[in-house]
Amino acid sequence: MIKKLAKCIGEYKKETILTPIFVGIECAFDVIIPFLMAYLIDNGINKGNGKVIIGIGILLIICSFIAIFTGAKSGDYSAKATAGFAKNLRKKIYYNVQDFSFSNIDKFSTSSIVTRHTTDINNVQNAFQMIIRMAVRSPLIIIFSLIMAFVINIKLALIFLVAVPLLGFGLYFIATKAHPIFEKAISIYDKLNNTVQENVRGIRVVKSFVTEDEEIEKFDKTSKIIYEEFSRAERIVALNSPLMQFTVATIIVLISWFGGKEIVGNNLTTGEFTSLISYAMQILMSLMMLSMVLVSIMISRASGERIVELMDEKSNLVNKENPIKEVKDGSIVFEDVNFSYVNDENKLCLKNINLNIKSGETIGIIGGTGSSKTTLVQLIPRLYDVTSGIVKVGGIDVRDYDIKSLRDKVAMVLQKNELFSGTIKDNLRWGNENATDEEIINACKLAQADEFIKTFPEGYDTFIEQGGTNVSGGQKQRLCIARAILKKPKILILDDSTSAVDTKTDSLIRKAFKEDIPNTTKIIIAQRISSVEDADKIIVLDNGEITSIGTHEELLTSSNIYKEVYYSQVKGGEE
Amino acid sequence: MEKTKRQKIDFKVLGRVLKYLAKNYKLRLFFVIISLLLSIASSVYANLYLQTLVDDYIIPLVGMENPTYTLLLKAITTMITIYGVGVIASFLSSRLMVKASEGTLKEIRDEMFVKMQKLPIEYFDTHSHGDIMSRYTNDTDTLSQMICQSIPEMFSVITTIIVIFIAMIITNIYLTLVVLVFLGIILSVSKFMTSRSGNYFAKQQQAVGKLNGYIEEMINGQKVVKVFCYEERAKERFNKLNEELAENVYNANKFVNCIGPVNGNLGNTLYAVLAIVGGLLAINGIGNVTVGMIVAFLQLSKTFIRPINQISRQLNSIVMAIAGAKRIFELMDEAPEEDKGYVTLVNVTEENGNLIETKERTGKWAWKYPHKDGNIEYINLAGHIEFYNVDFSYDKEKKVLQDISLYAKPGQKIAFVGATGAGKTTITNLINRFYDIDEGKIIYDGIDIKKIKKDDLRLSIGMVLQDTNLFTGTIRDNIKYGRNEATDEEVIEAAKLANADSFITRLPNGYDTMLSGDGANLSQGQRQLLAIARCALCNPPVMILDEATSSIDTRTEKIVQDGMDKLMEGRTVLVIAHRLSTVRNAKAIMVLDHGKIIERGDHEDLIEQKGQYYRLYTGAFELE
Repeated sequence: MIKKLAKCIGEYKKETILTPIFVGIECAFDVIIPFLMAYLIDNGINKGNGKVIIGIGILLIICSFIAIFTGAKSGDYSAKATAGFAKNLRKKIYYNVQDFSFSNIDKFSTSSIVTRHTTDINNVQNAFQMIIRMAVRSPLIIIFSLIMAFVINIKLALIFLVAVPLLGFGLYFIATKAHPIFEKAISIYDKLNNTVQENVRGIRVVKSFVTEDEEIEKFDKTSKIIYEEFSRAERIVALNSPLMQFTVATIIVLISWFGGKEIVGNNLTTGEFTSLISYAMQILMSLMMLSMVLVSIMISRASGERIVELMDEKSNLVNKENPIKEVKDGSIVFEDVNFSYVNDENKLCLKNINLNIKSGETIGIIGGTGSSKTTLVQLIPRLYDVTSGIVKVGGIDVRDYDIKSLRDKVAMVLQKNELFSGTIKDNLRWGNENATDEEIINACKLAQADEFIKTFPEGYDTFIEQGGTNVSGGQKQRLCIARAILKKPKILILDDSTSAVDTKTDSLIRKAFKEDIPNTTKIIIAQRISSVEDADKIIVLDNGEITSIGTHEELLTSSNIYKEVYYSQVKGGEE
Repeated sequence: MEKTKRQKIDFKVLGRVLKYLAKNYKLRLFFVIISLLLSIASSVYANLYLQTLVDDYIIPLVGMENPTYTLLLKAITTMITIYGVGVIASFLSSRLMVKASEGTLKEIRDEMFVKMQKLPIEYFDTHSHGDIMSRYTNDTDTLSQMICQSIPEMFSVITTIIVIFIAMIITNIYLTLVVLVFLGIILSVSKFMTSRSGNYFAKQQQAVGKLNGYIEEMINGQKVVKVFCYEERAKERFNKLNEELAENVYNANKFVNCIGPVNGNLGNTLYAVLAIVGGLLAINGIGNVTVGMIVAFLQLSKTFIRPINQISRQLNSIVMAIAGAKRIFELMDEAPEEDKGYVTLVNVTEENGNLIETKERTGKWAWKYPHKDGNIEYINLAGHIEFYNVDFSYDKEKKVLQDISLYAKPGQKIAFVGATGAGKTTITNLINRFYDIDEGKIIYDGIDIKKIKKDDLRLSIGMVLQDTNLFTGTIRDNIKYGRNEATDEEVIEAAKLANADSFITRLPNGYDTMLSGDGANLSQGQRQLLAIARCALCNPPVMILDEATSSIDTRTEKIVQDGMDKLMEGRTVLVIAHRLSTVRNAKAIMVLDHGKIIERGDHEDLIEQKGQYYRLYTGAFELE
């Protein structure tokens, strides 16, 4: 995991290495200063030697100025390295997500992908900064200080040797004990956020069922668990500072006692005595820091794992070597296609599909809920790969195409479509980045969107809110169709994309399709028979199988299902 | 975006956070403060005691032939006592603080959610979901850091500084002056650095928001991205935002990172200067400076400078947390949905033609109408709805509905048809008072809906919307959503009514299948069926079906329709549908256009009128 994350340091290697080096220099001075201090007290103050006081004093000041410089430098480098590291990390996973196939996307929930980009990266970034600064600083200070302590007085330094590991062990114990509880609490925290999200989205349902109180209760319950778990963990962590103080106290007491004796026995000077106490403090502070670093690394470990998981998720749809970049025409062939979302022959969603669609034809697909209509068309732009069989576009297996080239020529309007924040124009340009205003208006006219867009005060520059909440369902669908048309595709797939559009507009759209883009193969999934009635061929799907194919008239005599649907619609549901 | 000036602490917000803290934990906080004070006092005293130890107990022994250590031992024991008190006090303070801080957080979190539930629909329609969510995530996180860490640390730090400062003055006034000069230097350096970084911190927050918003939007629409091969462009914009963020993060942290080492080493400089000054003073015998005093003073100065560094660090996180708290309070302070209704819905039994209120669930409901003269009237819940000259606009400027008058008698099915954007959905939003009308009146069973308590009004109206929203939990939980006490039999019955039972039983875990992520594992049609079943279980007298069946294929719809017909029996139903087949058998069909009813009548009437409805109707079947 660390290796993979470390790769993201990338061009910030220089800063990443320079930070600890400067930190190290700063540390060295940090440790030398108390030593010089002892000298100053003993040979200057105690002996009343003004020259020594001023000489050493100036030396001390110079040392601390060098330390200031290196310290500042290390701060600067570490800021740069950290910001850069986080940037690269984010970029890496975002890029990888962009390569995800539909089945990869299905695997992760949207919110979990977003959290990995935000909170998780934040945690890792903090840990990274800690590591390059503190994780270097603290051990160095400990080591340097220990060395100095030994130089001053071996006997007294032994006190450190006993106390330091003891405290270190204590801090480590606390950290490891508290960490799993924290982790648990954080996962419950996710649950809480999920509840909030559901409530924000489904507020109309909540309000109309008047379940505010139940939702509040649900929230309270989770919130209470979080409170309990965090409290439990915090209570353990609360031991940190008393433990620390206890150790400090013990060391100072011991130094005072034995040090006092050493002073009396003329083996130690008062200056050295002060230095020892300084070193003791420094060592303990560093240990404390180290334990904080440890905790933050532990917290971020889970985040790191989640990030790496996203990094490692490889799209199962990849380009072949030397893929074909040109789609000849809009013909589509399905040969014995079976498909299962879980790649399991026993859980097939599509069974034995054989189809032959000529370029420029209009195909209707009718079938009940769950009859796998969407699944069928998703195979055409290779959003999923078949489990067995072949899907051909323009006479060539879709797996032989360059995915981008294929999808550029196969436009699909998804059932659950999204508009993005930005103007109407921005949204439409998804279809074609370089579309001229004229092209955009043409596409909108075709999709019967031009008319309503013009009624907006700002027309094509009307700002669409995130998720397209400020346009109606039907308007959204028409915009999505226009967006797809702008791609000038050879195959255009509408997956129940006019369900919220009224019948009049719906038929106008189809008329426009026929007249304006006659050479594009059009596949229309619909609930309304009227939407597919005039298609060249209508496919009736049931339970993942094609039960009949034919024109409207043919199916009226040959397909029971079709007949049933038709009469239910014509007669308005009353027999 | 408003111009970001140097960030300052908003004391009003801070005070409010502290109030929360103090509200429930007064006694606890009192003890926390006492123990904090004790722990600080002990650490300062211990520092000072070092001086006494060296000067009075060690130095006198130097040079003695046979030094006796009893006095020294006694002094050491005193030291142990001082430290002991400190350790215990510090343990108590941090231990006691846990409950107060975590409890306060819980309270803020809970209150925010409660308040949110009470906000009008308008709030949710006008705020992005991500924005609302971030108050629960980012903002609460920073706040939690502040309450759990920054505030206690700040308190102890400030107290330490004061106590030590007093101790320093007592020890030696000259040396204290030196410290003061340095304090000035350190503070101005910190101030310089924080002000330099403050700007960037504000920018950093903005950049974070922008980038996260972008990521969220793209990931949500990832499938659309794939279909349009938009990946490269999505990367481009991302890169721009990502670079911008990194730049701001760097600039913001550059100075902050420097504050620590710079101030720390300024502390070292101070150390040296103190030694020089103290030493010279001692040599020249000015101000009674002793070696022990210098030693103690050096120690004090260290303990003095360290907290000052902490302040600058904590200050930053406090500023950030307060910004978060402000956003949390903003949400809490939003005006809740107003409800002046006083007519309530109660269970009744009928005796001799009189309605008697009862606490048991009888399945028979009535409106309890307390009149001003003290009389209480019970009106049978029937589902009679009338609109009189209703006008409505979302923004008080552009009228969405104009002069709508209509009625639906109990048990009648009224349909609304019309082009998208004609105002059909808006009408249904008014009946259950998601929005309030500008002009006119809506009457429910003879009562102005403004007089009815909103909750009760909504309970009496079932809604099935085009966008189904399901909740994490099993399918059973979801069907039971509106009526938690329903039995399993009732759940299955409702599912059967909506024709959902057959697909549910085909799922591996049947009714216990877990739904997650808004039921992403179900098809839209299946989710719609669940929504219908959910509504059926509640058995409301009035139902609103807003494109409820639009995602169900007509064949399934026909099957659902049978169930729906059963469901609609004896209920007032308002239907919105594109599919005219769905509305054909309605008692009355309202054709809406630009917020006005342009035609009304039953199917036959409207066909005869040969107006808009006729065109819509024929348009559906006559395809060139």
